[in-house]
Amino acid sequence: MSASIEMQVLKGSGDDLHPIYLDYSATTPVDPRVAAKMIPYITEHFGNPASRSHPYGWTAEKAVENAREEVAKLVGADPREIVWTSGATESNNLAIKGAANFYSAKGKHIITVTTEHKAVIDTVRELERQGFEATYLDPEPSGLLDLEKFKAAIRPDTVLASVMFVNNEIGVIQDITAIGNICRENGVIFHVDAAQATGKVHIDLEKLPVDLMSFSAHKTYGPKGVGALYVRRKPRIRIEAQMHGGGHERGMRSGTLATHQIVGMGEAFRIAREEMDEENVRIRRLRDKLLHGLQDIEEVYVNGDLEQRVPHNLNISFNYVEGESLIMAVKGIAVSSGSACTSASLEPSYVLRALGRSDELAHSSIRFSIGRFTTDADVDYTISLMKGKIDKLRELSPLWEMFKDGVDLSKVEWAAH
Amino acid sequence: MAYSDKVLDHYENPRNVGSLDKNDPQVGTGMVGAPACGDVMKLMIKVNDSGIIEDAKFKTYGCGSAIASSSLVTEWLKGRTIEEAYAIKNSEIAEELALPPVKIHCSVLAEDAIKAAVADIKAKQAAKEAA
Repeated sequence: MSASIEMQVLKGSGDDLHPIYLDYSATTPVDPRVAAKMIPYITEHFGNPASRSHPYGWTAEKAVENAREEVAKLVGADPREIVWTSGATESNNLAIKGAANFYSAKGKHIITVTTEHKAVIDTVRELERQGFEATYLDPEPSGLLDLEKFKAAIRPDTVLASVMFVNNEIGVIQDITAIGNICRENGVIFHVDAAQATGKVHIDLEKLPVDLMSFSAHKTYGPKGVGALYVRRKPRIRIEAQMHGGGHERGMRSGTLATHQIVGMGEAFRIAREEMDEENVRIRRLRDKLLHGLQDIEEVYVNGDLEQRVPHNLNISFNYVEGESLIMAVKGIAVSSGSACTSASLEPSYVLRALGRSDELAHSSIRFSIGRFTTDADVDYTISLMKGKIDKLRELSPLWEMFKDGVDLSKVEWAAH
Repeated sequence: MAYSDKVLDHYENPRNVGSLDKNDPQVGTGMVGAPACGDVMKLMIKVNDSGIIEDAKFKTYGCGSAIASSSLVTEWLKGRTIEEAYAIKNSEIAEELALPPVKIHCSVLAEDAIKAAVADIKAKQAAKEAA
């Protein structure tokens, strides 16, 4: 039945109502192959995987275990180390609160980084409220963590460290092996948020010194609402459950498993494993094309290290152009901005501020994230759109005029209001 | 951000973008705002011997409503005396553009820019008379 369903991915044509989608780091479309695989598990094979007494349950359980194997295979884990969750936010909560609480007798100090996702930072803040202490390390201007600073932050009572694999805003890849080795030497449990890493960097948990790792399906062409947490078996890591009930997932996460979602995540991760090498070459070429096109524009600044970075991400600040007017100008593409004016908060991107970027540059940043369905034509369109609009906005900008006249803007006394 | 059609029109087709000769004794310049706050407006007016504004130009670094507010006032200023210009209130600008409450400060900035430009031309005139 699923084969007859015609499925395609809508990715926009460039007009204002259907902008070209360049926001793959926010979420990805579900790959049509993934959707096709999920559908029978909503209708025909609807059984509860925990039902042991009839074929409906057995079929669902088999699908869940196949998916578990696929997720494990992508990251070099044992399927018994994979716990299903509702997404990376839940995985981060379960890992950080679960391990901190279980091992709190050992110590109550946690280390993390200021550029982590809010699902990590706010979870650590909550633990601080409960009596833990936390150190939030600033990365270097490249976005990467200085290993010496990390080492220096470890205390005798440090129980847990949490560092993300790939940053969601600037795409930089932390040296997880090196950080994990430092954790091992000091008996610190190491959690890694890998929501933005799957399908983009090779992950081999057999070799990586990582104890807990969070995954999300919807950043890798799977459905929203499902994720997983890797919990190491050798040496065994224990976590306290945060969700109590039927004792599913070996007691670590109760709740009836969402079979169709899990099947989707498994299929998405299978496709990622089989196609990522080829796909990343293609995506890198497109990203570099976009980068070279935009670098023709004067006064642009790439945010974050360009080498230690996934090929999918390009985060650029366009100096002397205000962020909100820039976003208004580029309605033909769907991108995300570090500007405060476009979001609910009044602060510009905390990630860019943590790199030491000025408010102005943080405000004028755009994150382009490229993915499976991006084409050369999309990139060409984006380059020409950006060039035209930046020119237009700079023509309007008194700051640009002053810059061109050789005025040092940092020396001007502004009539602040 | 839900902007009115008038804001969008001024944003898409800003009127009187540019600069006048700032050393011209008949030209007054007002620059207000700060880059760190997210908006800077530069307004220039050319005033003839009868005290009437013959020309007005602007450049603005800022959000859509800051651009629209300054574009609008350049239209309003032409043909007015500097006294009439000085009397323009931010509430008139906000009303004309139907600015949302969080963007009222853009109209305040435009009013400040007019006052600064008028003050500049008056200072130039006073210096000329003194000479």
